[in-house]
Formats: sequence, C-alpha cells, structure tokens
Amino acid sequence: MSPPKTPRKPASGNGNGKAKKLVGLVELLYSQMEKGEIPSLDVATRTKQNIEYSESSGVWVYGDATSSRSAKTARGALQLLKTTSVVEFLKHQLEVDKSSTLRELYYISENWEDAKFPDQNESDRLIEDLEILVELQREQFHIRSEESGASILGPLEIRERTRRGPKKIHCEDDVGESGYTIPTQVDNIEFLRHDARMVVAIETGGMYDRLVENGFHDDNDAILVHLKGQPSRGTKRLLKRLHGELNLPILVFTDGDPWSYRIFASVAYGSIKGAHLSEYLATPGAKFIGIQPSDIVAYKLPSDKLTDQDIQALKAELTDPRFDTPYWKKEIQLQMDLGRKSEQQSLAKYGLDYVTDTYLPERLQALGALKK
Amino acid sequence: MDSSAARGATAQDLARKQREISVAEFFEKNRQILGFDSPQRSLATCVKEAVDNSLDACEEAGLLPDIYVEIRRAPGDAANLFRVIVEDNGPGIVAEQVPRVFGKLLYGSHFHVIRQSRGQQGIGISACVLYAQLTTGRPALVLTKTAPDRPASRVELTLDTRRNEARVLRREEASWDRPRGTRVELEVRGAYFTGRRSVPEYLRACAIVNPHARITFLDPEGMEARFDRSSDHLPRLPGESKPHPGGTEMGTLLKMVEHYAGALGEFLQGEFARVGPKTAREIADAAQMDPQMRVGDLTRGQAQRLVESFRRVKLLPPSADSLSPIGEDLMFRGLQKGVTADFISVVTRPPGSHGGHPFIVEVALAYGGAAPREEKVEVLRFANRVPLLYQPGACALTHAVERVHWRPYGLDQSGESLPQGPALLLVHLASTHVPFVSESKDAVADIPEVLAELDLALKQVGRDLKGFLSKRKGIEKRREKEDLIQRILPKLAEKVGGVLQRPPPDTAPVVARIMGNLLLQRDGARLHAANHGEAPRRFHLAARSHQVRKEWDLSLEPGARRTLDFPADHVHVEGLPAEMVTLGRGLAPLDDGKSPRGPVTRVHNPGRREAPAGPTSSSLAPLPRTGATGKRETSPTTLAAFSAEPEKPEEATRP
Repeated sequence: MSPPKTPRKPASGNGNGKAKKLVGLVELLYSQMEKGEIPSLDVATRTKQNIEYSESSGVWVYGDATSSRSAKTARGALQLLKTTSVVEFLKHQLEVDKSSTLRELYYISENWEDAKFPDQNESDRLIEDLEILVELQREQFHIRSEESGASILGPLEIRERTRRGPKKIHCEDDVGESGYTIPTQVDNIEFLRHDARMVVAIETGGMYDRLVENGFHDDNDAILVHLKGQPSRGTKRLLKRLHGELNLPILVFTDGDPWSYRIFASVAYGSIKGAHLSEYLATPGAKFIGIQPSDIVAYKLPSDKLTDQDIQALKAELTDPRFDTPYWKKEIQLQMDLGRKSEQQSLAKYGLDYVTDTYLPERLQALGALKK
Repeated sequence: MDSSAARGATAQDLARKQREISVAEFFEKNRQILGFDSPQRSLATCVKEAVDNSLDACEEAGLLPDIYVEIRRAPGDAANLFRVIVEDNGPGIVAEQVPRVFGKLLYGSHFHVIRQSRGQQGIGISACVLYAQLTTGRPALVLTKTAPDRPASRVELTLDTRRNEARVLRREEASWDRPRGTRVELEVRGAYFTGRRSVPEYLRACAIVNPHARITFLDPEGMEARFDRSSDHLPRLPGESKPHPGGTEMGTLLKMVEHYAGALGEFLQGEFARVGPKTAREIADAAQMDPQMRVGDLTRGQAQRLVESFRRVKLLPPSADSLSPIGEDLMFRGLQKGVTADFISVVTRPPGSHGGHPFIVEVALAYGGAAPREEKVEVLRFANRVPLLYQPGACALTHAVERVHWRPYGLDQSGESLPQGPALLLVHLASTHVPFVSESKDAVADIPEVLAELDLALKQVGRDLKGFLSKRKGIEKRREKEDLIQRILPKLAEKVGGVLQRPPPDTAPVVARIMGNLLLQRDGARLHAANHGEAPRRFHLAARSHQVRKEWDLSLEPGARRTLDFPADHVHVEGLPAEMVTLGRGLAPLDDGKSPRGPVTRVHNPGRREAPAGPTSSSLAPLPRTGATGKRETSPTTLAAFSAEPEKPEEATRP
C-alpha cells in the first residue's frame, strides 16, 4: 500500500494570515469609500454558464465571469454590510480560536439588525462568497457545516486526530453495523493500510445496508461509502483522497433519476455552487454504475413516471457542461423518451441478492472494475 | 248603449270636441319631461333654469357673472314649500319683455340663433313659473334693472296656460341698489336635499365649469357657501353662425327659400355656412340645377334634390366659431379649485361635427387627493357648460367613459362599466345643437361622431394618468432606495471603520454617486460641487462661512465638478429638490431666513400645465357643510397636494 500523502490544504494553521486575508476585503471597501467610489466586491458568478473544464485538474471550475456585490443598489449595500459584519465576526473568532457552524453563524446574525440574514441559505451563500474572495475554505476560518456524518465500511485502517488524541480505527473490524462515521475534518485522517480493490459510493441508506448485509465488501474487497443523498464536503474530500492517495477506483451507485446524476456529477466533476472547491473535492476518475436509464429497459426495472420537475431537471442537465458527453446525452435523452425513473432498490424485484449477485457484477465488469 | 252612441258620433259631433291644445296646457299635463318629476328634482330644476339664464345673459352682455341663489322655506307650516331666489348682475330685461320671457313658453333669444348657449328653446324659466303656479298658486316675482340710472321694474305674473301668455298681476317701478341685474322669486313645492343630484351639487359643478362666475348660495338652514372666481376672463362669446348645409332639412330649406329673391348660387353662398362659390357650384351640379335659377321658382322636387345634394357633396365641417369650449386652462383652474387632487389632466379636442352641427368635446381627469379609492369614479357631465345631473346611464358622456378600457391607464374596471379608483372625470360637450335624448335635457344621445371624439379625449387623459402614475412610482422607488441607502451606508462606514480601527469614511460622496445627486463637499478652504446625476443641473447656491455669505448661479453637466474658493460651513441649494442634494461632512443646511424660499417641497405638479400662482384668498367651500348656522364658510381650499408656488412644470405631453 502506498504511503499516505500529507493533505494539500491543512485545516489548521496560521489564524493571523487568514484574518489578514479577510480584513483585506474590508480594507478594499474602506479605500473605495474614502475615494468617494461606490463600494463593491466582485465574486465569480456561480451559475452553470460560468463553469469551465480545467484541463490541468480534470474538474470543472469557475470561469472569468464575475458578479458585483455593489452598493449601487440598496440590496447590494445591504449585502456589503452583511459581508463586513461576517468578516468582523470571523476575525474575532480566529483571534480567540473558536469555531462555529454555518447554522450558528446564521443565528449569531440575529443581533446584527439590518445585517441579519433572513434565512440560512443566504448566510451559507455569503460564506461561499468569502471562500472564493479570499481563496480559503470555510473550515480555515473556522466555519463548519452541520453535516451529519456519512458512513464508510470496508478493509481500511485509518488514524484520526481527535480532540482526545489520535485514534487508530479499522473501518471494518473496529466498527459496528453502520460503519465508521466520516468526520467533518477529513484532512485529520491518515490512511494507514488497506486491502481494497475499489470504493463503491452509494446514494441511499437502504442500498448501503443491503450491500453490507450481503457481504459485498467482503466478497469484492470493496470499501463502501454511504453518500447520504447529496454528499457533504467531507465525504467528497474522502472519496478524492481514497482515489488520489490509495489509487482506488471510485464507483458511484445511485437511483436512476436526474437528481442522482447530479450527485454523481458533484462527486466526479464538482458542483456548480462550489466550483471554487472542485480541485479540492472532485474526483474526476469517478465512474457511474447506475441506475442508468438504459438499465430500466435492460433489466425491466419497476419504474415511476417522471414528474414535471424531473423533466425540467433533465432538460437543465442537457445544457449543463458537466453532462456534455455522448454518454450522458444519450442516457438523458433515453430517459426523457421513456418518461420513467427507477430507484436503486427496485432491483429487489428479482430478489434481495440480485443486486450483489447479478447487477453490480455485470456493471462493474462493464466498467472494468471487476474481471469477468 | 253609450258605446254605440259614441260609435255613432258624427264628424260634426267630434268636431265640437276638437280644439287647439296650447303648449302650456300640454306641459301642464306632461311636466315630467321638463324635469319636474319629483319634488327634489323640481327644486333643482328651478335653480338650474334660472342660473342658466343668468349665466347666459351675463356672458352675452360681457359681464363677469355674480349670481346669488337662495332657497328659503316658505312661511307657514308646510315643510315642502320653498321660495327659490336667483339674482344676477346681468344686463336686466326691458320691462315690456318680462311677461314674455317669464310667462310664455317657447319664447327665447337662442332658438333661432345658431350658436352655443345654455338655454336653447326658451322653455326653462317659464316652465318654472308654471310649475310654481301649479304647486303653490303663487305668482312669480321678477325684479329687473337695465341701467344704474333707471328705476327697476317689479313684476308679478302667472301663466295663462290656455293662451300660453303671461298674466301680469302687478307691475310697478321699484328701487334696487344694484346697478343692473335680474332677480326671480318663485314659490314652489319641492324637497331640499344635499348630496348627489342636489342643488348644492349642481352649483358646485356649475362653479367648476364656470370659473369666471362667482356663485353664492344660501341654503334653507341659512348657511352660505361661496364659489369664488378663479378666472377674471369671460369665455369668448361664440359668434352666430348660419346653418350648415349638412344639418339642413327640407322644412328649414323651404322656409329659407320663401323670402329669398335671388339666384340659387348666391343663396347657397350667402345663407349657408361653409359654402363658397366652388361648393355652391358643386351642390347645384349634384342637384342638376342651374346656379343662375331664381330661388323663388324652386319646386318642391328641386328643393328635395337640393337637400339630397347637401349630403352628397363634400363640405367643410361647420365652423367652431359658434362654439365656446371651457378651454384647458379654465378646466384646470376650475378643478384645481373644486376638488383635491394630486394630478389633473385636461383635454380640449379639436372641433368635430354631427349632422351639420359643430361640437367640441372636453375631458378633464383629477386623480388622487381625497377621492375615495374603492369607489367608482365620479363623472361630472356637462353640456354647453350646464351640469347634467340626471339619467347618467342613458347618456353618451357616461357611455364613452364606460367603453374605454381603463386598466392599462391605471384605474380598475370590471367589464364595460365606470372605472374605479380615486379619480374624478369631467366630460363636456359643447355644440350649437346638443343632441339630448329628451326635452328634460338630462342625457346626450349616442351620436357616433360625438362618441368617437369622447373616446379620443378620454384616452388622452388616460395616457396622461398612466404617465403620472409611472412617474410617481419612479419617485417612490427612488425615495425608498434613498431611505435604505441612507440607513445602510453609514452603518457600513461605521462597521468598516470599526474592523480596521479607523475613523468611518464619509458616506456623502458615495450616497451622491449612488443616487445621482448633486454633491456639495468641503475640502479645506474650498467648496466642491459635483453633479453625479445623468442630467445637467442648474441651480443657485448660497453658502455661509462664519458670518460671510456668498451666492452663485451654477450649471453643471453630468459628471462635472466646480470648485469654489470659499470655506463654507452652511449651504443652501435652490432650483433642485432637497432630496437631489447631498451635503458632505462638515456642511449644514443654511437657514438664515435670507434664502428667497425654503427647500423645494415634494409636490406633484399636475397636468401639462403649470399650476398658476392663483390668489390664495379665493376659497371654495366644500358642500355639504356642517358648520355653525349663519357662519360664513371661508374654509380654505383643500389643495394640500398643490404647490402654492409655480413649481418646475412637468414636461408638457402636448404642445
């Protein structure tokens, strides 16, 4: 097994330097106002029209388009007041070496009068703006997410730096039925040794449990990762490290609907809202197992009618640069023609072992992850 | 049997029963068609007929009307008997004519003259005299004086209905302190109300379209209301006009022909309006007649052909010289005085014609003020400056309003009905012949030409309203933004300074830039003025430094800046709304009492016209009133929304 590499961006570090970067934004606003200019900050536009493929890293990152947060409008002025308020708070937090969650930040803003956030979405977005503006991850200025830990189970031994000292854990032998819970600070994990040939990342808890119960990890030397729907940054970072540091193929197994394809895309290519982190979180080598629309036909899977929102989402994906490949174009078009979608667990139609005995082996062979 | 006996009546028997019915007798039996159908309405009709006559008489004599109206309860117990008194400062009536003017139906000076006037047939006031005599048995009392140095005559008269003649009961010389004028007193059965279709409503409407008249009204409670003049200019007296061929019928033509000795060509040119030699020839050609033929020799068939050719030949429309519209300016003044409004739009359309009669349509719209928001708009209808109070549903003036789609113009409307919203519409039709649907002159008939003109006029004020509303919305939006910016930016400055532990930056330059304002900034011993707006700004700047005061007239292009060597600490800008000026740190508003006027207030100057700096003493008491009895109402006009000074006028939407 390969020696673990040091994480590229350590989460802890010089708090002063980070505070300086944040305060730099405020200095910019101050000097604009001092010159009688309308204060404004330019942030990369976070839409699918402004993500582009980075040849060097193989992931999707933001393009050159920027959006202005300018006091030219009352809304923009308010946004800058909020930004400054958040910076003031973060600066203080770094000074006293505390951390808070995104949700806590939202509640802290209760006291900020005009700068109070109407909902957490807005404060979350502002934190993302700041990540882009100062080129730091929110963890680096001590803002954590609420992400409840997704699970990992398989032949992998790790060491995690915890508040109670380093812990050595084997992700199969030392854990219960549900596996090891992925921490928020994935870079606090060190990979010690492993016995795996592949990583299978699963969207739903039901299917994750099915594979565990059927002993799929044992039979195929697989590390199973439960994505819990749209995966958290921690989960994505872990997948990237498993791929990059341990050279393991990442295989993504989701439901067969447009929302699940987006889960895959955010694992493999990075997300639109978080494209500034793509190079840190996305795993360009990740492969899609299914359920593919063509599987609905090939396996005669039980299916549901597409809703209007499903169809809208599929249409949107047709113009999403991340899905601009012949494979995805064909599959999405097929799904629109079928007008149907199928869940992972619909494979139970053929019995509880069908997924592990038939479907996954067939798909993994097709992807070259298993030998025939 | 009686019936068979009746059937067996001979022509001679019938002839014994046949006799002439005088007009007066006819109206005695059918008085509802003259506007005497209910006690309330009868009272209003008496006031209306007398006031119409007074206004007509004053205008024809070139006098600014000063009309006094009084309604008094008649002595005695009867609650439904009233004494109606209408007095004017008109030219008076020659004593010999009084019996005919007041005591003979269908006697008048307007019927045979083609020009716009309030009265037309000469029925009105005599019908009132008749009504008085029928309901109370009391004679009419007329006091009139034609010159300051002549005595007044006092005449008591009733109407002999069978002969349609006045019966003069008493005639005497009297003394009267007025230099001239006429006073009519009638005692009638009636009912006095206020509110819709009441005497006060009628007078209010009258005052709006006759801003040159002063009308004083003393009601039965002894309360006086005064509608003062807002204009000292008499409306132009319309010229008399000859008949237009387009409106000439067979009977009229035959009558005209009767006394004419001359050739056809001359006859057409000389006796008709808008007929020149060329048109005369065309008419004769179309009728296949020789222009040289003697008119006296005209046969009935030829006359018929002539009338037909009148319809075929293309004629110039009748001249509008015989019309006297109120005019945009006076409508504006009348409304400005009579109602509260944020915005007034007025339109006088170019003349049109219907059936050979010229007409002009005028529309005014007053929006906002105290008008109720949830109710249908009030429509004030006028024909030849006379308010129309009854039968709105049967009237073309109402129909035209209902047929416009008002929603795009900013008023609510459900289906084809009167729009809803805080607005008042004034609709006026002026014509030498107002096509009333009935003799009571309540409603105008749906003449297509008139409806089309009304439609154009209404849409015009609709467009103006839309413009005003969107402008107002823009102003409101700007104000909202400014309020927010003025609240947020200082906080931002404070916060930014706090984080950096530096003094907060001055927000004034930023605010000026964001709002596109004029920025005044102190910089050491100098004063900067910078125009951040998108339009050039001309203004007068007054500044004070300690006890030294200086003034400048400045003009700045967009983005331009001027530096003045003056260490001002107080400044005042004139010629720009206060909200368009931002003062930098260290500058305070200058208020030393020497500024010619204070900061310009935010007013919507209505309409396409500049609000005139009218006499502020004039007042129009709102009716009905609830003040103390006998106390003279001089409550100021409710024109809070108007500036007392001429503001910068809104751009004219029409030349």
